[in-house]
Amino acid sequence: MKRTATTFVAAMVLLAAGCSSSDGDGGTGGADVPGVTDSEVVIGTHMPLTGPAAAGYASISPATKAYFDFVNANGGVHGRKITYKVKDDGYNPANTQQVVRELVLQDKVFALINGLGTPTHTGVLDFLKTNRVPDLFVASGSRSWNQPEKYPNTFGFNPDYTVEGKILGTYVKDEHAGKKVCFLGQDDDFGRDALVGLEQVVGAVAAKQTYVTSNPNVGPQMGALKGAGCEVVVLATIPGFTALSIGTAAKIAFKPQFVVSNVGADPTTVGKALGAAAPLMEGLVAANYLPLSTDEANPWIQLFKKVNTEHNGGAEFDNNVVYGMSVAYLFVQSLQAAGKDLTRDGIVEAVKKNGFQGPGLVPLRFSATDHAGYGGTQLTRIEGGKAVFFGSAYTTDDKDGPVAPHTATAVTPPSNGVPAA
Amino acid sequence: MSQFIYLTFDGLSRGAVYAAFALSLVLIWRAARIVNFAQGAMAVAAVYAAYSITSATGSYWLGFGVALLAGLVLGVTVERVVMRFVDHSSPLNGVVVALGLVLVIQGVLGIIYGNEFRPVETPFSRDAFEVGGVAMLSRYDLFVFAAVGAVVLVLTLLFTRTAIGLRMRAAAFAPDVSRLLGVSVGGMLTLGWALAAAVGSLAGMLVVPTELGLHPTAMDVVFVSAFTAAVVGGLDSPIGAVTGGLVVGLLLSYVSGYVEPTVAPMAVLLLLVVVLLGKPGGLFSSSRARVA
Amino acid sequence: MTDMKTKVGTDPVPASVSQKTRSGRRLAPVLIVVAGAILILILSYTLPPFRNYQLATVGAYLCVTAGLTVLTGLNGQLSLGHGALMATGAYAFTLAQNKWLSMPVSFVTAIVVTTLAGAVIGLAAARLRGPYLAGLTLAVAIVVPSVTSTFDGTFNSDQGLSVMLDPPPGTIPMERWQVWVCWAGALLTVLTLALLVRGRFGRQLRAVRDDETAAKLAGINIARTQVLAFVVSAVGAGLSGALFAVLAQSVSPGAFPLTLSLFLVMAIVIGGLGSLFGALWGAVLLVALPTFAQSIAEQTGSHRLEGNLALVVFGVVLIVVMLAAPGGIASTGNTLIRRFRRTR
Repeated sequence: MKRTATTFVAAMVLLAAGCSSSDGDGGTGGADVPGVTDSEVVIGTHMPLTGPAAAGYASISPATKAYFDFVNANGGVHGRKITYKVKDDGYNPANTQQVVRELVLQDKVFALINGLGTPTHTGVLDFLKTNRVPDLFVASGSRSWNQPEKYPNTFGFNPDYTVEGKILGTYVKDEHAGKKVCFLGQDDDFGRDALVGLEQVVGAVAAKQTYVTSNPNVGPQMGALKGAGCEVVVLATIPGFTALSIGTAAKIAFKPQFVVSNVGADPTTVGKALGAAAPLMEGLVAANYLPLSTDEANPWIQLFKKVNTEHNGGAEFDNNVVYGMSVAYLFVQSLQAAGKDLTRDGIVEAVKKNGFQGPGLVPLRFSATDHAGYGGTQLTRIEGGKAVFFGSAYTTDDKDGPVAPHTATAVTPPSNGVPAA
Repeated sequence: MSQFIYLTFDGLSRGAVYAAFALSLVLIWRAARIVNFAQGAMAVAAVYAAYSITSATGSYWLGFGVALLAGLVLGVTVERVVMRFVDHSSPLNGVVVALGLVLVIQGVLGIIYGNEFRPVETPFSRDAFEVGGVAMLSRYDLFVFAAVGAVVLVLTLLFTRTAIGLRMRAAAFAPDVSRLLGVSVGGMLTLGWALAAAVGSLAGMLVVPTELGLHPTAMDVVFVSAFTAAVVGGLDSPIGAVTGGLVVGLLLSYVSGYVEPTVAPMAVLLLLVVVLLGKPGGLFSSSRARVA
Repeated sequence: MTDMKTKVGTDPVPASVSQKTRSGRRLAPVLIVVAGAILILILSYTLPPFRNYQLATVGAYLCVTAGLTVLTGLNGQLSLGHGALMATGAYAFTLAQNKWLSMPVSFVTAIVVTTLAGAVIGLAAARLRGPYLAGLTLAVAIVVPSVTSTFDGTFNSDQGLSVMLDPPPGTIPMERWQVWVCWAGALLTVLTLALLVRGRFGRQLRAVRDDETAAKLAGINIARTQVLAFVVSAVGAGLSGALFAVLAQSVSPGAFPLTLSLFLVMAIVIGGLGSLFGALWGAVLLVALPTFAQSIAEQTGSHRLEGNLALVVFGVVLIVVMLAAPGGIASTGNTLIRRFRRTR
């Protein structure tokens, strides 16, 4: 009996000592807001840094952090330096639970920024709501983030997949009228929402196929699409599967026009996955709502490149880096707008008020009744191994609103690279 | 019809790889009465070695050679350093140690190379030849058939025509008598592991480029297919392993093509259950095979 | 195997044993579990929320490691498919919960469904030995994403399902509530298993493990014993899966990868096969080791170490334990049981 009790207590002590406790790091500010002091604001995120989903996405959070470091070097925001805690969840929802709790309960973060992934982030929505943690700029195009009544503190960032599907559909309808349009999508919200948007514009597709990330053989799907005589194939795929689809299609001498969702279209990531077969990407049509990493003339790219060299160790500069820094820029804008007396309610109100002007090609949709991110996107085509924009940017909604060209002139970044209040 | 032809060739090509991998399991089973659950992880390690060499030198074939060599070395290491000291009184012991090896190898690979998928080059084009508009085989598929065929041929010659092959068989099936006759039973065991690991590495080299890319867990699913192939053919029978591999490859391809790709792993499980419960010794477990 | 082991394993309670000791054997587990419950209750009020969450996770793991200990340690069947059984329990719980929104109903559903699943796999398993059984259960572990994708209308593919949960009753903080729910499940599982293995069933389990022929001669129905052992451990796994669904408020195939099944085997082997306290140690390790490895990785600033370091540590410890324990699995169990008996 004695021995067993000792075992039990010892086990519990071991558990409690599992890792060095860091309670009491934050929350010493005047207003006693978690993670906020007069000189610091602590925020966090969950990202896949390891595991199958890490490909392509692992470079986002270092870029975000680099921009924060750049801002910190310039005096921070309202005298506060931004500390960004990045936790790896390996794209496993069970791990996301663990690391988000660690961030909120132990590290006492002020807000969660840019948590990545639909299945991973869905599981922590309720937890974040209960703890009243601002959940800003979720890195996924699911429509789940846009539920202001249910989750008043959650906001998206990416254009949702239906918006994107409608805009890709408009391109297909205008430029490939009368051709057989088909679809391959991931078997989840991503694929389903994209298909809804696409079919809303082009009508029912001639053939549709799905894939799951656990089965890397898309031979049967591409075979079926070829058999159906598809001339245009719209892909709602993650980068690895964009590459697999294009590669597999070439293998069976199937060469349709590929039109790819932004999520799976970063030429650097896809090109790397294709390896020697990278030239197959030529002519691929995709969409983006942020400046392209290869557009040297763009002032935003010039700014981000500078930050990347100074604070990100000159990491490979691809669209994921642009994405990560754009998120950071938007968060700094939100902090500026929330004012010197930073509270959780304050920053949520500031985001709702919107009016942010930044690197995005289209406006953000944020309002009291809309928590979705960017409201549209612009088409790109891969020419000479580089993506280039063509046509105008479009905006639309995830319902049956029209797809309208967006023609406002782009803004340039502030001269010191840090948004003003 | 054209789809049937395509699926058949696709299935045979995958099946050939499963056959090679199943062969490597059978080799170890015959030599040591262990199903090496770490075979997949060992093969991935060898492919990573090849990846490093190919990236550094630009030569696929140098990497290919290094993969086979790495397989041999890994096989010897695992047998001499770990497996030799496992208590074989319960068959579970070997399995659990092999699982420990899986964790170690995958973890070490993740630390060295990171957990992203890395694209692996193929030495030949994977674009299929077309005959009358029907996609059939690619150069790469032909390479796969040739490589696996060569392995089968070499192993057959080794075991039936050479003295060392005879010693290996003797050491496995009658260790005590062999020892009395002056055969180095331990040495033969090590040789068996080395050979098996090299064959496993070859299978890894052949299959990884056709999947999502190189990743520490890239062979997990392949292992299950190959294990099924080995069981279908009978763990004791090399011919059974080859046939089992082709059967599993074709089954996967037809099910993916005609039903749905997501059903394929269930089909493999079903095949495994049916064979295990119906004919646990495998379809080729004639008494002759057991004795051979 | 050796005579001694058979002796230890099948050693029935001597005929001369008095009624008092017999009931004492039943009483001990009850006392330990009550003491455990009190300790957990105190801990749940004193630990900070995040530690409470980890404590709850240990409880959820304990359900499955305890069941697996009985199956592998006492009955000698190795299952690599318990991750899949956890997934079964988690999905059954979630589907029931989202339909009826009643936790007790959902837990019962999870247990019933995993009992059935365990019986099916157990029936097949009872006819298989060693590597064949390991291979079959490995195939079961791999098939989870395939099932959730094929029947995506029900399971929603890789994305999985959200779990609708009522907030904790009253003003109890979420994490404390999670500790209570998970440890209620864990302690009940441990108590049930402890009572089971101390009785006739436990002796039959060990007899079958140590010598099937001898067990048959003693009139034990081997297949029935093995299937029962599998079912018992499957229920533990199912309950554990359901508890994880409560903790994560979501289920998806990504939460039950092959690595999880391997980790479970590791946990029970390192914890000491055959002992329920070993199962507790295993459950603690499953939570503490990754956290520990992660904090090391964070200190070194290397993301590649994160996650991977835990794999290496687990693997090395597993191999060392297996090589160091003469006789391997069976003996670790027996030595511990023997040592355990001697101390009492």
